Amino acid sequence: MRLRYPSNIKIIKVPCTGRVAIIHMLKALEEGADGVMVAGCLEGDCHYQSGNLRAKKRVIYVQETLEKIGMESERVAMYNLSAGDGPRFAEIAREMTEKVQELGPSPIKKGKKKTSKKSKVEVAA
Amino acid sequence: MIMARPKPIEEIIDEIKDFNKVLIAGCDGCVTVCEAGGIKEVQVLASALRLYFGKERKKLEIDETSLTRQCDKDYLHELLDKIDDYDAVVSLACGAGVQFMAEMYRKKPIFPGVDTCFIGVTEERGVWAERCQACGQCILASTGGICPITRCSKRMMNGPCGGSEKGKCEVSPDTDCGWHLIYERLKELGQLDFFAEPTDPKDWASSRDGGPRKIVREDVRQ
Amino acid sequence: MNTTTPSKLEKILAEGHFAVTSECGPPRGANGEVVEEKANLIKDHVDAINVTDNQTSVVRLCSLAACIRIKQMGLEPVLQMVTRDRNRIGIQSDILGAASFGIHNILCLTGDHQHFGDHPQAINVFDLDSTQLIQTVKLMRDKGELLGGFEMKELPKMFIGAAANPFADPFEIRVARLAKKVAAGCQFIQTQCIYNMEKFKTWMQQIRDQGLHEKVAILAGLTPMKNVGMAKYMKNRVPGIDVPDDIIERLAAVPKEKQADEGIKICVEQIEELKEEEGIRGFHIMAIEWEEKVPEIVEKAGLYPRPEIKVSEN
Repeated sequence: MRLRYPSNIKIIKVPCTGRVAIIHMLKALEEGADGVMVAGCLEGDCHYQSGNLRAKKRVIYVQETLEKIGMESERVAMYNLSAGDGPRFAEIAREMTEKVQELGPSPIKKGKKKTSKKSKVEVAA
Repeated sequence: MIMARPKPIEEIIDEIKDFNKVLIAGCDGCVTVCEAGGIKEVQVLASALRLYFGKERKKLEIDETSLTRQCDKDYLHELLDKIDDYDAVVSLACGAGVQFMAEMYRKKPIFPGVDTCFIGVTEERGVWAERCQACGQCILASTGGICPITRCSKRMMNGPCGGSEKGKCEVSPDTDCGWHLIYERLKELGQLDFFAEPTDPKDWASSRDGGPRKIVREDVRQ
Repeated sequence: MNTTTPSKLEKILAEGHFAVTSECGPPRGANGEVVEEKANLIKDHVDAINVTDNQTSVVRLCSLAACIRIKQMGLEPVLQMVTRDRNRIGIQSDILGAASFGIHNILCLTGDHQHFGDHPQAINVFDLDSTQLIQTVKLMRDKGELLGGFEMKELPKMFIGAAANPFADPFEIRVARLAKKVAAGCQFIQTQCIYNMEKFKTWMQQIRDQGLHEKVAILAGLTPMKNVGMAKYMKNRVPGIDVPDDIIERLAAVPKEKQADEGIKICVEQIEELKEEEGIRGFHIMAIEWEEKVPEIVEKAGLYPRPEIKVSEN
């Protein structure tokens, strides 16, 4: 479709968001991601029944952990959309990028504030 | 299995914040089954701690490992070569494992990373429930296979109490009344005679009340 | 009819009268005179006065001390004892202490779980349960033995009671449990307060079917409602109490200032109805923080004056 979405997004494809574990999200943040987005199928439409529901619970767990250690829980978010919905993907990618930019760079990063921010995105193919 | 629950991360942060190099040591036994202290949980905890200390600009190196069991000296021995590299260890084993590690490595601070809760079973994934109080004198033969010391909030021997309502305990509507369960089971088994006879006071000397316990089996001792 | 102890309560029952008992809730402080004041309000209208034992796990002046005070006033106390707070050593010790002051009635209870009270962090004991407490008192009284085997010279002479809750489900367990308490040595029962008369009568029928009404004296428990708020509270927040909706409606239908009188009226009607129920040998009126109404209830229910009983201390 050749729609535009921000270039700061690194996409990691998984067969189902159910494959995304808590450690993956935490590691992404450890490696310097300013935000982590988990994009899965619409609830009820999961190809593997309930993978996206499991992902949702894990995202919540990571958000709660971030709060407990004093990091903004909004840096991690779950989105649900139809696999073929290109425009919606572009939309949420922009939305997440804006949100993370507002939060600023990840607090674990040393050095001066950079203007371009990286967000890592994990998407079900 | 022994069931435990991860400690709040704030507590663990408080335990290790003044050190420079810490090992998080899990256990492949019971705490893996109840998803509190196995290698997966070690990795998640270590990652979260690194994020925290990174944010705080505190240099704290955090390494990860897991042992087959921490209640066994043979496995604890595996740490012998590397434990001196660390200022402290956070053990995610149950209370027994933490203590055994501390006994073996007396000069190293060993901190608990989980709260050990009870002897229990996996009712379903993510739900673990208490079943045994380790009283040392099992009476399950006369209570239809259901333990009144564990399942009755008042450890009654002649229950239920007057607070039992619709099969639930007065302490919580989510808690089954142990004696209700026992009665129904005895009925199913045709063993209601056990219910009719008053039970004599229990000998608690074999339980924790008698003092710290030990089992010695000369027939297997080397 | 023979009695097993010098208990006045036992004698009244043995002579075939309806017994009337009530209770004193001790204060949450060190002033023992509160107990005297409450006892004085009801002393001419009851045969014996229960003192509750840290009821609902809320710390109060202990039952034993309050019972001693009541005994020293020349009145008849009933020592309520829960097994939640003491082990068998403390329990037997307190029984001997009570007996040494001439206290001859004990109500053996397990006790509400501490989670209800103001010390939910406390350990609970429950070394014994209520049935085993009954066994213990009986052993001390009839065989002169402590649980550990020691043989005493001076035996406690206690009339043994217990509580029964006819309203918890399922019924068949309730009746079996009462039978167990009777088998253990229980001589009188005070029931949980009754509002659901139909359910209570069903329970009584099952008791009679088992012949238990002839082996144990059942005193029907009653608590007058002060207002509709109290009725709702008891329905929803107190374990083991069954308040039918029609009681709540009856109280709600009356203006606020008349609700107390209506509550008393309901209580008196219940007594009159239960007098006719075979197996009911008396009434235990629990007017919590409303002790001053007990005389009115007893008089309106035709139970005044109380029979004069002479008992010797042997």
